[in-house]
Amino acid sequence: MRHVLFVAFAGCLGSFTVAAQDTAELLNRMKAMEDKIKSLEAEVQELKGQQAALIAAVTAAPSSAAPARQVPPALTATTAAEPAPAGLAAPQVPSGPLPVYGGASAAGSKVFNPDISVIGDFLGAIGNGNPRATPALQMHESEVGFQAIIDPYARADFFMSFGEEGVNLEEGFLTFTTLPLGIQLKVGKMRAAFGKVNTLHNHVLPWTNRPLVTQNLVGGEDGINDAGLSISRILPAPKNIFLEGTAQIYRGDSDDVFHSYRRSDVSTVAHLRAYRDITESTNIDLGVSYARGHSPVAEPLINQLYGMDATVRWKPLRRSIYHSLVGRFEYIWDRAEQPLQALSTPAGFYISGEYQIARRWFFGTRYDHSGRFNNAQLIDTGGSLILTYWPSEFSQIRGQFQRTSYAEGLTANELLFQFQFSMGAHGAHPF
Amino acid sequence: MALLIAFSLGTAGSGLAASKLNIMTSTQDPAAITREIGGDRVNVDSIAKGYQDPHFVEPKPSFLLKLMKADLLEVVGLELEIGWLPPLITQSRNAKVQVGASGYLDLSRYCEILEIPTGQVTRAMGDVHPLGNPHYWLNPENGRRMAKAIQQKLAELRPEDTAYFAQREADFERRLTDSEKRWDGAMAPYRGRKVITYHRSWPNFAKVFDLDVVDYVEPKPGIPPTPSHTLELINLMKREGIKLILVEPYFDLRTPNAIAGAVGGQVLVLLPSVGGVKEVNDYFQLFDYDINLLSTTLAKTK
Repeated sequence: MRHVLFVAFAGCLGSFTVAAQDTAELLNRMKAMEDKIKSLEAEVQELKGQQAALIAAVTAAPSSAAPARQVPPALTATTAAEPAPAGLAAPQVPSGPLPVYGGASAAGSKVFNPDISVIGDFLGAIGNGNPRATPALQMHESEVGFQAIIDPYARADFFMSFGEEGVNLEEGFLTFTTLPLGIQLKVGKMRAAFGKVNTLHNHVLPWTNRPLVTQNLVGGEDGINDAGLSISRILPAPKNIFLEGTAQIYRGDSDDVFHSYRRSDVSTVAHLRAYRDITESTNIDLGVSYARGHSPVAEPLINQLYGMDATVRWKPLRRSIYHSLVGRFEYIWDRAEQPLQALSTPAGFYISGEYQIARRWFFGTRYDHSGRFNNAQLIDTGGSLILTYWPSEFSQIRGQFQRTSYAEGLTANELLFQFQFSMGAHGAHPF
Repeated sequence: MALLIAFSLGTAGSGLAASKLNIMTSTQDPAAITREIGGDRVNVDSIAKGYQDPHFVEPKPSFLLKLMKADLLEVVGLELEIGWLPPLITQSRNAKVQVGASGYLDLSRYCEILEIPTGQVTRAMGDVHPLGNPHYWLNPENGRRMAKAIQQKLAELRPEDTAYFAQREADFERRLTDSEKRWDGAMAPYRGRKVITYHRSWPNFAKVFDLDVVDYVEPKPGIPPTPSHTLELINLMKREGIKLILVEPYFDLRTPNAIAGAVGGQVLVLLPSVGGVKEVNDYFQLFDYDINLLSTTLAKTK
């Protein structure tokens, strides 16, 4: 019995000892949990503080963050300068999460960045292109554009072309948009207002290449493209005719057209444009141009170019995305002084048409005829058939069969093909 | 020299002051509301017609003749006009309507904007509007907000007519409130009805009148219909018993008609803008026309 009691006592003692150990361990655990909770509380407080600071930072810059959401980048200046009318309820914040275009601070710093775009132009050629054969395959040009409103008085446009031969500033000019008397002034490097094709960037051409007359007489792909000043004004005219006069002065350096041997060797360009709507779907656009500069052949020689252009467009408004027709004609006459008091007066023209068959398909044709700059008797002629497909507004696939008869007696039959694609916000070009 | 003479002649005639405010709008919807507010104190004209796709408008020089004389340019904004309006503004030589000037009014700033994309926006989504759906005028509440913004802008430009514009705006609001009751009543029986639309022109209209736009004829915004998507759409409409396809007046009807034929449904040409047809000349007539057509058709289809 004693043994039993002893064993029971010893057992109880042992139990108490174990229980005491468990309690101490439990207390330790609870202490650890309490410390952990305190640590988590501190962490939560810290995170709350960070969140409040972030919200404060975002709300402290409403003019940069909010307009970036609701106003196109090109129109951003409006938002900054145009407060909401007094008494009008603030614009209702749309339901759902706000868009995220990067971090809030990043959006604030980027809001004044220019619109940036890249347009790729891949060209290929099959067949006999002699004597002016282009490579079989080439990344012909990548045009990078930067466009922005500079201040309340001007905007700027930069277009750089990256080709296989290097980088070239295709255009880079400032346009003063708020001058008095309805005058517009451009300053910088730009494509001269000579005719139609000379003003067009490669990616808006309706063909894979420029017409023969442009290649022979107006500097080819680069054209009359120089640093200078341009002033233009809309002139009064009757019967809703849009009449625009443009006068330009350039340094005088345009490859193969003009060359400046000294500061006074500037070149000049004048252009008069008349446009009228015939109906709401049809319009006609006429222009006459003149350009004068020193000949690249030799210093005292003068090169003068005369041009006339006509464009007829038809696009029914109710089905404007499906059908359209554009007819173009441009005639250029060159009065180029040659050495030994000789005078070369080559001329040339192209006539072309494009019909939009369906929303994504265009069919076109072009006829070329042109004399050569240094010999008006040498005549090149050509004809092209063009088929264009638009997968979307931002890409284009084009094929062009071209047959060219050169003055030397050579005939080139080529199939040219082109892939163009656009990234970013490329501003619309003038009509 | 001829150019210089012409420049001078043009200058002589440009200083004439107009008795009315000359207002240009990018589309006919702001123009309609501006006429309501401006009354006989304004001349209003718009660039895009109500029956043409407002995303694709040619920036014709004839518009410059009007824009160069404008005191105010009202735009829808949200990049609806990004493809054609900026070059017109730049070439207008009119300091008043340049972006940021007092004569430039972006009405999207005052309205509730739907479908603002979240996350990354890429062209893989089609011709998506990264700033939100620009067809916001199809919510009468936004029409009310546009009217208020226009009233205050007109008063700012012509302070002597402030009371006149305020009175006309109040009258517009009153008539709009009355009309909303009528429109709500007409559409009440069809709340929750499922429809297909060609383009994403209708989220505002659908929200107000509780229509369920289930899918679109375009596989992605601005991308023409494809055979595979058309087939998916037919299967969807059969599965969900959808019978109605809403199409804007400037889209080709062949694909919508083919889809409707395959499911025993119907195509309805609904107007997203004032001027879509001859008889729709103001903001009220736009909703009257659409709701009358829609409610009549919905009553016939289950």
